[in-house]
Amino acid sequence: MANLKELSKRPELLSGGHRLCAGCGAGIIARQVMMAAADKPVVVANATGCLEVSTTIYPFSAWKTSWFHSAFENAAASCSGMEAAYKALKRTGKVDKDIRFITFGGDGGTYDIGFQSLSGAMERRHRMLYVCYNNEAYMNTGIQRSSATPLGAYASTSPVGKVKKGKEQIKKDLTKVMVAHNIPYVGQTAVGYWNDLTTKVQKALETDGPTFINVLQPCRLGWGYNPADTAVLGRLAVETCFWPIYEVVDGKYKINVKPKEKKPITEYLKLQTRFKHLLRPENAGIVAEIQKNIDENWAWLQMMEECSNKAGV
Amino acid sequence: MADIKVEKKKGWKDLPACDYLEAGSAAAFETGDWRSEKPVWIPENCIQCLFCWVYCPDSSVIVKDGQMTGFDYKHCKGCGICATECPGKKGNKAIKMEAEKK
Ligand SMILES: Cc1ncc(C[n+]2csc(CCOP(=O)(O)OP(=O)(O)O)c2C)c(N)n1
Ligand code: SF4
Ligand code: SF4
Ligand code: SF4
Ligand SMILES: [Mg+2]
Repeated sequence: MANLKELSKRPELLSGGHRLCAGCGAGIIARQVMMAAADKPVVVANATGCLEVSTTIYPFSAWKTSWFHSAFENAAASCSGMEAAYKALKRTGKVDKDIRFITFGGDGGTYDIGFQSLSGAMERRHRMLYVCYNNEAYMNTGIQRSSATPLGAYASTSPVGKVKKGKEQIKKDLTKVMVAHNIPYVGQTAVGYWNDLTTKVQKALETDGPTFINVLQPCRLGWGYNPADTAVLGRLAVETCFWPIYEVVDGKYKINVKPKEKKPITEYLKLQTRFKHLLRPENAGIVAEIQKNIDENWAWLQMMEECSNKAGV
Repeated sequence: MADIKVEKKKGWKDLPACDYLEAGSAAAFETGDWRSEKPVWIPENCIQCLFCWVYCPDSSVIVKDGQMTGFDYKHCKGCGICATECPGKKGNKAIKMEAEKK
């Protein structure tokens, strides 16, 4: 896969001058995905959300490639339609270029409102990569909880006070749901692992079929931390096994990053305002539940890696 | 690049229902004035790993022929990620953040 020097010689497909917050992880994800894709023509569809809004504030656009937006809930459907049109043009000889299709959606746009259009596009087996930049809440409209928001996190619609202690439900595991679509490539990664993300994007784009990558994206505003630490937080999510980095290729699991020692989840929680209340003694039970969920999921993932790679499976 | 001026705010009735925006035109918009701190490059500590470039959310680390050459201060928002990620040479970082003179 391409190294940094090689990647830096490709055209930069996202310009400066967009209006994402200083230190926004979504800008890092978009740039790294595009640098991995920039060796061939690429068409992007973008669901409503911070990335779309901030990169295309009228009359400007930061995108230096074909880019399409229509609404919040239908980015995958838009992308699949463009891919189908391209296939038809190619079949009739009107286009001969090899063109790739990428959709970006936030967690709200992917886990919740755009979920059925995503599921449909994957089931119809369009050749397209869907990238969820997952900051674990509806950030662009003021930090509302989504089904990706983790247990115990503050959001404006899962407040913290005398009675409520942040979000009361565990998050949906969308990566598993995408694996259940039996598509040829599903990946999960985080900001802070440029090589893993760009490698996953290159693998996905080489795959002849629907592919999905879920990228955890630290959001300095909604998570509450020093913006210089955006990549540090992504790595802590992985080192605590809160957000494991893995891929499922044709049903076979591979954990791409195995932390040398699993750090306790408090190392991750204590750096973020959205979890600050959890460190109070009366909320120790919530922290214990978060840790238990992490431990169980990590054990499950290791088990899946082992048994899915056994001969004959 | 065409010089795009921000027009007087339009009401919703005047906005186009569908529009094409010029690719990469956001580069004409200055975000450098958001900074409260600015990254300063110290070339003698630089090992040319390009981590600063790959992690900048604002495409504001300038790389030419595979070599880091400085910052695009017109767009850099001063987040400090490049300085955090910079390994530098023997523990001496090649990027430090300095208060922006107002
Ligand atoms: C149908 C519809 N409902 C609501 C909105 C308002 N809206 C715009 S962006 C947004 C939040 C997007 O959240 P997410 O997908 O997680 O992306 P993020 O902003 O966090 O990057 C909402 C609710 C909309 N544009 N369209
Ligand atoms: S609110 Fe969060 S996701 Fe949105 S631009 Fe700011 S840092 Fe990025
Ligand atoms: S301070 Fe932030 S915006 Fe400026 S060059 Fe460094 S990473 Fe990019
Ligand atoms: S991260 Fe630091 S050492 Fe690496 S290229 Fe940038 S300035 Fe040089
Ligand atoms: Mg979100």
